[in-house]
Amino acid sequence: MLTRCYHLSVNFRPASDRSLLVCFGKEISPEFHREIVGLLRGFGTLPPGILNLHPAFASILIDFDPRRWDHNQVEQLVRARFSQIESGPAEAARTVEIPVFYGGASGPDLEEVARHTGLAPAEVVRLHAGAGYLVYFLGFSPGFPYLGGLPPNLATPRLAAPRSRVPAGSVAIGGSQTGVYPTESPGGWRIIGRTPLRLFDLEADPPALLRAGDHVRFVPLDVG
Amino acid sequence: MIRVLEAGFETTVQDLGRFGYAHLGVSASGAADALALRAGNLLVGNPENAPALEMTLTGATLEFETTAIVAVTGSDFGAELALGRAVEIAAGTVVRFGAARFGARCCLAVRGGIGVPKVLGSASTHVATGVGGRPLRRGDILPIGTESIRRPRSRILAQLASEGPLRVTAGPQACWFFEEWYAAIYTVSSSSNRMGLRLQGVPIPSPSGHMLTEGVALGALQVPPDGQPIILFVEHQTAGGYPKPANVISADFWRLGQLRPHQAVSFERVTMEQAHQLLRRQEEWLYSLV
Repeated sequence: MLTRCYHLSVNFRPASDRSLLVCFGKEISPEFHREIVGLLRGFGTLPPGILNLHPAFASILIDFDPRRWDHNQVEQLVRARFSQIESGPAEAARTVEIPVFYGGASGPDLEEVARHTGLAPAEVVRLHAGAGYLVYFLGFSPGFPYLGGLPPNLATPRLAAPRSRVPAGSVAIGGSQTGVYPTESPGGWRIIGRTPLRLFDLEADPPALLRAGDHVRFVPLDVG
Repeated sequence: MIRVLEAGFETTVQDLGRFGYAHLGVSASGAADALALRAGNLLVGNPENAPALEMTLTGATLEFETTAIVAVTGSDFGAELALGRAVEIAAGTVVRFGAARFGARCCLAVRGGIGVPKVLGSASTHVATGVGGRPLRRGDILPIGTESIRRPRSRILAQLASEGPLRVTAGPQACWFFEEWYAAIYTVSSSSNRMGLRLQGVPIPSPSGHMLTEGVALGALQVPPDGQPIILFVEHQTAGGYPKPANVISADFWRLGQLRPHQAVSFERVTMEQAHQLLRRQEEWLYSLV
């Protein structure tokens, strides 16, 4: 079995006096995604004083207790984890279907996305629901999936000032990304629809419906 | 048992936070003034992380149905209890907290801790998402826990001064920004909450739109396209796509919890070494209680 050796291409940067940003690159790519999922799994149970891992498209932020660790020690810890990760068969990916009410009160920004992209609202829905998506990571708010695979012609800039309240279940586009807000939260993405599915439920184990590496499809729901 | 007669503006049960779930998008939450929580717990003989009550801007009215030993730390909210020392409350006593005369948060630590169930390993309330419960309401009854480990202290805690600019270290996108904003004064918007402290002032030109969403740290100063900076606070999002020129240092986190709406703030850049030195000094001050 080959030992993967990533550390030459990884950049370490302090983000604060208690966190280290581990950067794999500057773009969204399935290769970086696999490395990040590998590092997340490689950590397993966090060592004492390593408080949180924040995965993203091409980076992981590591929060630590600055009374127990410094940036150099955390960097050495990550390098050690890299050298222990072995390449193996990828876990079978799951596909999760998410039903969506598009437009109307459920998707107040659908018209604006249509205007920005020069497409009819129905065409925006057809393209959004027609694509397959990869869950790159969960973040931002509990259970929020960052999805890759948005058709490029649906890209629409974020709002200049974030809304202070986005309803739970909102399906939205932000720049070249799309996602679902599992809980009510502030947010700056354009809301095009809403799902009745609960993506985060503390009564469930695990509480998040999706996990990094899942595939997702949106299924339009027609009402009236 | 403690009965809530009036809940106040936003009174929550908090410990030092819920760690290990950021990869599911769950941020730590925890006390807005964690230094006050730790000091209060040390005064009453609890572990530092024991759950306590944290009040915001206006306090609660609480009836103690049993005798308890408590300590008020942070801001006193006009309660008839000495600030920064352990005191005994007789059964049947009603304690009234009023409006904050200084600062924004009052911590009431109770010997034994507040005995609420833990969710994902912590008693902290994450108000925005409901993880760990909700803010207190009139009529709630809080059991007192059994977490005490030592005798209460007889010391009186000195009040820390919150003066001068907030100290920051460079953020991950510091080199994308000019540094004029360090000379500017911002005011804390009344729309601030535990997720973020929204500041208003001279807009900071933000080169956003070029960056990938990445993990964000407590105390990060992020600048959305409208140029009005937001300090990410205890219930912050775990990842975000706005660039971050700076990050408040750990030793000043407690000051964020005591910022009032419309208060003026400015920023001063320090080195990583200075940030760690200031934290060491603060820890020495806190542990001088023990």
